[in-house]
Amino acid sequence: MSQDAAAPNSDAFFHFSGTRGYIASPALVDAVNCAIALERPLLIKGEPGTGKTLLAQHVAEGLGLAIERWHIKSTSKAQEGLYVYDTVQRLNDARFGEGDVSNIRAYIRMGPMGRAFQSEQRQVLLIDEIDKADLEFPNDLLRELDEMRFTVSETSDEVVAKHRPVVIVTSNNEKELPDAFLRRCVFHFIEFPDRELMKRILAVHHPHLKAQLLDQVLIKFYWLREQNELRKKPSTSELIDWIAALQRSGTSADDIELHIPFLGALLKNEKDTEALESYHDRGGRPPTKWKELGPKYDN
Amino acid sequence: MFVDFLYELRDEGVPVGTQEWLLLLSALEKGLHGSSLQRFYHLARCVLVKSETYYDAFDRAFLKVFEGVEGSLDIEEELLEWLKDPKNFRELTDEERARLERLSGDELMRKFLETLAEQDDRHDGGGRWVGTGGRSPYGHGGEHPTGIRVGGRARNRSAMKVAEERRFEDYRTDATLDIRQTRVALRRLRQLTRTGPQSELDLDETIDETCRNAGEIELVFRAERRNDLRLLLLMDVGGTMAPHFEPVSRLLSALHEERGLREFQAYYFHNCIYEELGRSARLLRREMIPTGDLLRKLDSRWKVMIVGDAAMHPGELLEANGNIDPRRASPTRGIDWLQRIRDRFERVVWLNPEPPEAWKRTPTVQLVERIFPMYHLSVDGIGEAVSALIGARVAH
Repeated sequence: MSQDAAAPNSDAFFHFSGTRGYIASPALVDAVNCAIALERPLLIKGEPGTGKTLLAQHVAEGLGLAIERWHIKSTSKAQEGLYVYDTVQRLNDARFGEGDVSNIRAYIRMGPMGRAFQSEQRQVLLIDEIDKADLEFPNDLLRELDEMRFTVSETSDEVVAKHRPVVIVTSNNEKELPDAFLRRCVFHFIEFPDRELMKRILAVHHPHLKAQLLDQVLIKFYWLREQNELRKKPSTSELIDWIAALQRSGTSADDIELHIPFLGALLKNEKDTEALESYHDRGGRPPTKWKELGPKYDN
Repeated sequence: MFVDFLYELRDEGVPVGTQEWLLLLSALEKGLHGSSLQRFYHLARCVLVKSETYYDAFDRAFLKVFEGVEGSLDIEEELLEWLKDPKNFRELTDEERARLERLSGDELMRKFLETLAEQDDRHDGGGRWVGTGGRSPYGHGGEHPTGIRVGGRARNRSAMKVAEERRFEDYRTDATLDIRQTRVALRRLRQLTRTGPQSELDLDETIDETCRNAGEIELVFRAERRNDLRLLLLMDVGGTMAPHFEPVSRLLSALHEERGLREFQAYYFHNCIYEELGRSARLLRREMIPTGDLLRKLDSRWKVMIVGDAAMHPGELLEANGNIDPRRASPTRGIDWLQRIRDRFERVVWLNPEPPEAWKRTPTVQLVERIFPMYHLSVDGIGEAVSALIGARVAH
């Protein structure tokens, strides 16, 4: 990293530069470090399968921190991330005379955010797929994210973050996020990896792939992605699975020159598979050279 | 120059507020850009831009402001100097900052920028940081988000290059795009209300009732939250609508996939709405239904979306027997039918596939625009139309 010593960076210890298992573009690395240094949540968007969720795990790994995951569902409430007051358990205990019913604290369970606040060490807090929840959900977390504290109303206890967690938020763009929330975030959109970056990513997952096969694999893959008729374009994770299938079956570069085996690993929609089959039936064949994919790929 | 950048961003329509700008300043103050133009580009983008749909606008603004940088060494140095000198930002005291944060709006932004500009002048020629470390801030160059080798040429080129490529053009929402974006725009067509069978445990009520019941558990159920939205879609087909087949079909498939709607009905017309509407786009005689029946059948809570270019001969809209198809001529004028639709339903919007600049040129579009709020059939326009359908009521 080229940061000069004069840079007044109090977070010098927390500097992310990718890990061996995760290849990040320079823009992403800059965004991660910017969010850490500015103590702002990092909002990550991007196509499914571009490694949004994985990023949090590898940021934690790269910084040597533990990670707390909060997977958002359509029914998630902001409150659940802080703590849950298990009233039903308490009621039940009261009824059958079990447990110490008079101690409300015994029935307060911390949520992922509460746990990250209470942790003795700094943690990475992943709020995964925030857009799945209700429209107002992000707004309900503003104060907690700003001030890093909240009050358990049942006991009037205040939970203050011992160490400000590194907050990483992912979104699949299902819903628009509220402006007030966006203003506080550092934002990065993970672009679909280009050929060179993809090669580096694949080298991590399939280090022994032969160059010739790799080339054919990528031509077919990017060609498929160029087909606008496809409902669900194959993504990186599907490519990785597909190569695993090819390798296990001992497929060579010549074998995939003219047709695409194990199509099911790449295309998950029946209509897409049918569309490709009818393309083959009409005598079409996938390209075998980069320049057939157009000027964008011809270099 | 740095300040120009802000103006340029706002001109390009990137919603950059004071908060974002201050955040960028504090990032620069922390030296996060490492005096490299490429990293400044990354930094500014991740702090100032909050949606990939503005990446393209950001690139355009960046290009406009910093384009000279790669060619002319002077400007490059001026910029780097500016970036390198934290003095430019430190002048702002905490108090000033707090004051800035409290205020908002353009007036404030202007004042703030004036102050900044003055500071810039005062420090001109100071050259405090010149000479340290020479002119090689781009040590880690080489790599670039698109994988293009920067090589040994002007080393700050890559940020420009990225901006120049404008790879994010596809993410612009004012240009209309794929079905997925349309779907996202329509996603807001959701109004959750509790209707139907009572199948969900209402915990708060259960606790209340149980307490009242002296501890004997009394379970209380309530209905699940469901979308209560009914949508009526009326579409202009054929003739001048033919070139707009793509955005229209995208809207239609997105609507059909939008399973959240409680009820959805679509009918078709040609040019203007009269006595009858078609059940299919072919407008076959046996498939027509009387418009009056439809208006009686559907209650005023139905949301209505009309899609059409509203471009026709004025007579088709304003004269009796105006229907372009003489076999279907009827005494009621088209414009009266449109008014009846407006009066029948609480919320009606008109989506026009023609670009808004062209609306002024067509007299009938202007007449229709007086009856219904009109929006462009683009991702942004659909988003606005949906807000008009379900959001707080605005006077029209």
